[in-house]
Amino acid sequence: MSDHAVSLSATSSNPQAGVSGPSGPKPRHVFSRRNIFLYGTLIVVALYYLLPLYVMVVTSLKGMPEIRLGNIFSPPLEITFEPWVKAWSQACTGLNCDGLSRGFWNSVRITVPSVILSIAIASVNGYALANWRFKGADTFFVILIVGAFIPYQVMIYPIVIILREIGLYGSLTGLVIVHSIFGMPILTLLFRNYFTSMPEELFRAARVDGAGFWGIYLRIMLPMSLPIFVVAIILQVTGIWNDFLFGVVYTRPDTYPMTVQLNNIVNSVQGVKEYNVNMAATILTGLVPLVVYFISGKLFVRGIAAGAVKG
Amino acid sequence: MAANGTSVSIQDLSLNFGAVSVLQTLNLDVAEGEFIVLLGPSGCGKSTLLNCIAGLLDISEGRIFIKGKNVTWEEPKDRGIGMVFQSYALYPQMTVEKNLSFGLRVAGIAKDEIAKRIARAAEILQIEPLLQRKPAALSGGQRQRVAIGRALVRDVDVFLFDEPLSNLDAKLRSELRVEIKLLHRKLQNTMIYVTHDQIEAMTLADRIAVMKGGVIQQLDAPQTIYNRPVNRFVAGFLGSPAMNFVEGQLEAGTTAVFKTGDLTIPLDRYGFDGAGTKSGPCVFGIRPEHVAFGEAANSMPFATDAAVEIVEPMGSDTLVWTKLGGRNFSFRVEAEKTLRNGDPIRIGFDPARASLFDTPSGNRM
Repeated sequence: MSDHAVSLSATSSNPQAGVSGPSGPKPRHVFSRRNIFLYGTLIVVALYYLLPLYVMVVTSLKGMPEIRLGNIFSPPLEITFEPWVKAWSQACTGLNCDGLSRGFWNSVRITVPSVILSIAIASVNGYALANWRFKGADTFFVILIVGAFIPYQVMIYPIVIILREIGLYGSLTGLVIVHSIFGMPILTLLFRNYFTSMPEELFRAARVDGAGFWGIYLRIMLPMSLPIFVVAIILQVTGIWNDFLFGVVYTRPDTYPMTVQLNNIVNSVQGVKEYNVNMAATILTGLVPLVVYFISGKLFVRGIAAGAVKG
Repeated sequence: MAANGTSVSIQDLSLNFGAVSVLQTLNLDVAEGEFIVLLGPSGCGKSTLLNCIAGLLDISEGRIFIKGKNVTWEEPKDRGIGMVFQSYALYPQMTVEKNLSFGLRVAGIAKDEIAKRIARAAEILQIEPLLQRKPAALSGGQRQRVAIGRALVRDVDVFLFDEPLSNLDAKLRSELRVEIKLLHRKLQNTMIYVTHDQIEAMTLADRIAVMKGGVIQQLDAPQTIYNRPVNRFVAGFLGSPAMNFVEGQLEAGTTAVFKTGDLTIPLDRYGFDGAGTKSGPCVFGIRPEHVAFGEAANSMPFATDAAVEIVEPMGSDTLVWTKLGGRNFSFRVEAEKTLRNGDPIRIGFDPARASLFDTPSGNRM
């Protein structure tokens, strides 16, 4: 009896004894096996991808004598921007010797209208497919999606003939049309899934309010779909800017996009291989998609998630 | 043509999705200023019917008249309706004011007229302080008020409500229920209200249309539907706690009786539908609140002994479960009564307040 009383008072007067077990937040070990493995892998992979970029930047800042020493990983002893200037405005591609600048402006003139045209059409497509269930909508959608799986190579020659017949072969307009058409399946799918994920009652409310096809699209749907437009813009800008195949097939030397020009600079067989100019030209060409990613990375992820999860 | 004083008239309306028939030759006349509730379990076609009236779904057969005008092929905006949705469906990028005025701006109504109508709607619904806010900054109740306001500013004859309170919590729901009732009294508009909540249906409706499988089972005043359900489905769907059902045999004769097990319930006081009664299997139904208990039971035309099985205190009253004819049987007693499991009790009821249903068809007898 007295023993019992003693033990009772002991526990109540000494709270330390009562909380001998785990309590509060679980302790975390910074150098646990799991963390070492995880971060180790991440660092190795990051190095693997960053090393070529490092070599490119370093090489583009060296003069040719320094490159001939052969230490591709060593930083430049003497920094020079000469190769960049040369790549932009003096490098020779075929007959022209005005560098990548011509290709850059060609690419801009191809990319901007293609992106605007393809997204404008695809977003209306997706909206119509998601909200106005017209007769044959499903069939139309299936055909469009199947289109996404047909290899480009199959269609190159027929399109050459079509463009020739309508007199657009070799012009920038022709290439813009080709890019817009080839962007259609994936973009329509993207927009359709996004608009399907929007509450249907919103659409119905707008109809009761008297808004029509374009009224609902422009005043209700568009303001709500910024994320998916950002995704579409990124996909199209990078896709069209990086395109080589269509560019080389459907344009002429004076309308070559930047990627084709880059290829012509890097693969030229005459004279000395100017590695520093090649590196600078490559970085210049890749700069536009890179900048787009850096600016809109966050929005991109959000838009992809919104479209994918609920679609 | 729709008769004078008829606001909405639905004639032989059918709707099929492919081979699936959702609504079958449905007829419904709603009087001017009437509050009709479409009540039924999920998938009974009540929301579909509302969408057909609104013009959001194309019907397969039949005609719809609103205010005597055939609107079967009209666009929703030309039907003279306003609609309130379950999910509020407010335009998220617009302020409350812009939400209210959207339909009017689309219709190209003059600015001062728009301002006047918004001011009136905001005053009626007491949402004046919220006009410059976006929907995301509103609570559920406020959002639904704005949604009602959007129907209000359209100055329409018919209001359609599609489960407007289902997304709200219980307290808000009962508050807004009262507000909708007050709104109806003030505006005197025709209102068609879809819900699966029988309390909303009972409290709001002038008439309730109980639906099942795309067919209106019964269309009547709430009290009639509650007291004289036309079939077993309606009887079981309305009422909480639910009606007691006891299966047995009807024996016709000079005085008809209902027999189950060793119980015999006299039916001389029961008002049969139609003229003849014939013997056969049937279901005897009585609501828990129509069962008397203790001393009061002995003064009833029918009384029997039973034992308490389970007691469920509900606060305002207590539900007692027992057995009658081998079936679970519940009845209500005042909350003050203290009963324990196994207590012997005496229960009784007046068969005049009961409902008898033919077993094969489920129809009221």
